[in-house]
Amino acid sequence: MLEQYDPGEFYDEMFTSPGGVRTHYQSIAERLGSVSHDDFEKKQAAVELAFMRRGVTFTVYSDDQGTERIFPFDCVPRIIPADEWAHIEKGLIQRLTALNLFLHDIYHEQKILRERIIPPQYVMSARHFRREFMHFEVPKNIYVHICGSDLIRDKDGRYLVLEDNLRCPSGASYMLENRAALRRAFPDLFRAAGVRPVEGYGAQLLKNLQYVSPDKFGGSQPNVVLLTPGVYNSAYFEHAFLARQMGIPIVEGRDLVVRDFKVYMRTTAGLVPVDVIYRRIDDDFLDPSVFRSDSLLGVPGLVNACRAGNVTLANSIGTGVADDKVIYAWVPKIIRYYLGEEPILPNVDTYLASEASDRNYILENLDKLVVKSANEAGGYGMLMGPWATKAEIAEFREQILANPRNFIGQPPISLSRHPTWAQDVSDFEGRHIDLRPYILYGDKVTVTPGGLTRVALRRGSLVVNSSQGGGSKDTWVLSEKAA
Amino acid sequence: MSANDPREQLAAHRQANVMLSRVAASLYWMSRYLERAENIARLLDVNLQISVDFDRSDEQFLEEHWLPVLRSSGSEAQFFEVYKTADSTTVPEFLTFTAGDGCSIRACVAAARENARQVRDQISFEMWEVLNDAWLFLKDAAPESIRGANAPGFYEQIKRFSHLFQGLTDSTFSRNEGYEFIQFGKFLERADKTSRLLDIKYHILLPNLNDVGGAVDTLQWQAVLRSTSALESYRRFYVQEIVPWKVAEFLLMSDSFPRSVRYCVEQCDHFMHRIADIPAGDYRTPGERRFGRFVQNLRFAAIEEIMNGGLHEYLTGVQAELEAVGSLVYESFMYHPPVDMAAEIRLHQQEQQQQEYRRV
Repeated sequence: MLEQYDPGEFYDEMFTSPGGVRTHYQSIAERLGSVSHDDFEKKQAAVELAFMRRGVTFTVYSDDQGTERIFPFDCVPRIIPADEWAHIEKGLIQRLTALNLFLHDIYHEQKILRERIIPPQYVMSARHFRREFMHFEVPKNIYVHICGSDLIRDKDGRYLVLEDNLRCPSGASYMLENRAALRRAFPDLFRAAGVRPVEGYGAQLLKNLQYVSPDKFGGSQPNVVLLTPGVYNSAYFEHAFLARQMGIPIVEGRDLVVRDFKVYMRTTAGLVPVDVIYRRIDDDFLDPSVFRSDSLLGVPGLVNACRAGNVTLANSIGTGVADDKVIYAWVPKIIRYYLGEEPILPNVDTYLASEASDRNYILENLDKLVVKSANEAGGYGMLMGPWATKAEIAEFREQILANPRNFIGQPPISLSRHPTWAQDVSDFEGRHIDLRPYILYGDKVTVTPGGLTRVALRRGSLVVNSSQGGGSKDTWVLSEKAA
Repeated sequence: MSANDPREQLAAHRQANVMLSRVAASLYWMSRYLERAENIARLLDVNLQISVDFDRSDEQFLEEHWLPVLRSSGSEAQFFEVYKTADSTTVPEFLTFTAGDGCSIRACVAAARENARQVRDQISFEMWEVLNDAWLFLKDAAPESIRGANAPGFYEQIKRFSHLFQGLTDSTFSRNEGYEFIQFGKFLERADKTSRLLDIKYHILLPNLNDVGGAVDTLQWQAVLRSTSALESYRRFYVQEIVPWKVAEFLLMSDSFPRSVRYCVEQCDHFMHRIADIPAGDYRTPGERRFGRFVQNLRFAAIEEIMNGGLHEYLTGVQAELEAVGSLVYESFMYHPPVDMAAEIRLHQQEQQQQEYRRV
């Protein structure tokens, strides 16, 4: 079935050359080889229908109505062998451990700033740095309970960290639904393949959330809830899915009320206390009495309750400072400073427009670099130099000069490719992919063996975001024995 | 929000079988809307079937047949904003697809599904899937799907979705408080719809008493029975020809037929007591006592008296009582007045300032 496949100039996950299949893909290649193009296309359609029927959808508000779409799914799994995964896992644990120490430091002594390892103005000017939370203690000193870093591979197959996503990373539900979907469509693929399970994610997350319940908590089991912006949020499916996985109530801001610095939910039996909130609302909207007063999603008094130590928020407030793409550039230094170790997973080379020499380099090479705004996500606020028009480049030049703090430049990474079903030609073609593993911080840091592999379904595209034509794949991490 | 409001008191138990009031409301409306969709499907299906037997097809006759159907859904005004005449094409199309505000099957299924979506973490996956399937079935259904020979199959499918949902609720949903709200909503809606169905007959009958007992009349009473799936049960019970007052008696007062008004009200009574957590037979608040009197009335009323006093008047009273008990349960257990955001913000900012003051 893959005889005609051309791996091209890129790092291909499955092939070293036309017909040359990597060892860990061998059995999949054989099994897929016994499926005809017609059958594969039918299964692919059946999977999409199943997603629609199960309501595994996100809502796009391009008009008043809001259309529900599925996140396109590709049936060819992405496979990571055990040794590669061991390396990724170690690197992610190292990184999150260091970032958590960094957050604790900048909200307390600020040693890393006083010792001028990082220029203080970068932290102070970060949009998501919350001065209100200086000297504020979080249970067990954990700031980031859930992290979803984006990894990419360069032309040599080296894993690089592209972003850290320390606020409310999404997509874990798709990691789980994708596994279930592929199992239904191709049960035979899994036989003796040695695929490590991802299904423990919900249980681990719940355990961690209970672990960080407030010190003052005295009951037998803490009340954990998931706070959602509501049914009209595009990620609502995921919120409901994760709440169901954990067996915890899903609440909206209007279901909660704060009295005497304690949070309660409004139930049919009266007010019931809440101890831990897995919040899927950004800082800005959490509490209109502290942050944006026009937020109707939040709970007035929530921050006070949190400061009084009566409720734990996961993730904590103010973690977004480390999502700032300018701070990202300093993460290797952060790792060395707090852990005395060399970073296991490297960053993408990053130039800071606010440093004079870097700025000149960026401005001279706008047509060769990818330029990003420090605080945008989802593939927005970006200049893809090599593919940009003269006008776009000129526009970014002005923006950079006007506000250098807000921009970074990176060499374009051509992302590894993976055989993917191309609907328009009814055949397999290489498509660029990334990887978002999920790292959970509780009594220890764990990484779920798997993650969300996002794939840019448009031919030649490097943008994997769901809002811009991206799809996803099931991600297999193989056990030692299988390797 | 008053400090004496029972809804704002601390719950007796920390882990008190937690059910958010908002969740209770969504379960209740999910259940009501699906039941309503099923009842509209029944109503249209049967009326389309009997319209095939009509020997007249003039506009006036058709209007006499279809207008009461429209009235029973309370959407007559909405209808005439869009259509000129009520006939076998326009009314089914309107009540299946176009009417808004929970008046058409499509709007009801959409609302049921939307409520289910709000509580997806509470209902079983199977229940959600049926509602989602029903929605996908209706979302893009063409007007042709209810024309001519297609209609029976189409409405059958709607009823199946509803029955499948009820069966799955029965077999996959825990018997907790949520179940009580689902059942209360279902039986309340069903009691209301059965009473309205009977009322349609009033609209047809009373203006022309001479026709009573004629062939068409029997056919139409049969239709009423069929639209509530009651024809076989009725025949087993009375074993005789179909007589209007007996049909009315059966659909109003049967203590065993699961779509009769009395049966449904008894169920509402049962689930209301479960929800309020009070012993069966107890009626404490004025609202509860009013409902108790209504239940008693249905148990002991005689059909002759009802007919003498006027069936329509009686049914209007039934609908008012159902609405009253619906509001009672909704407002006591499902509805929390929204918080006054501005006041809350002020309160917590003051608290914050006091804290800081103490620290200094």
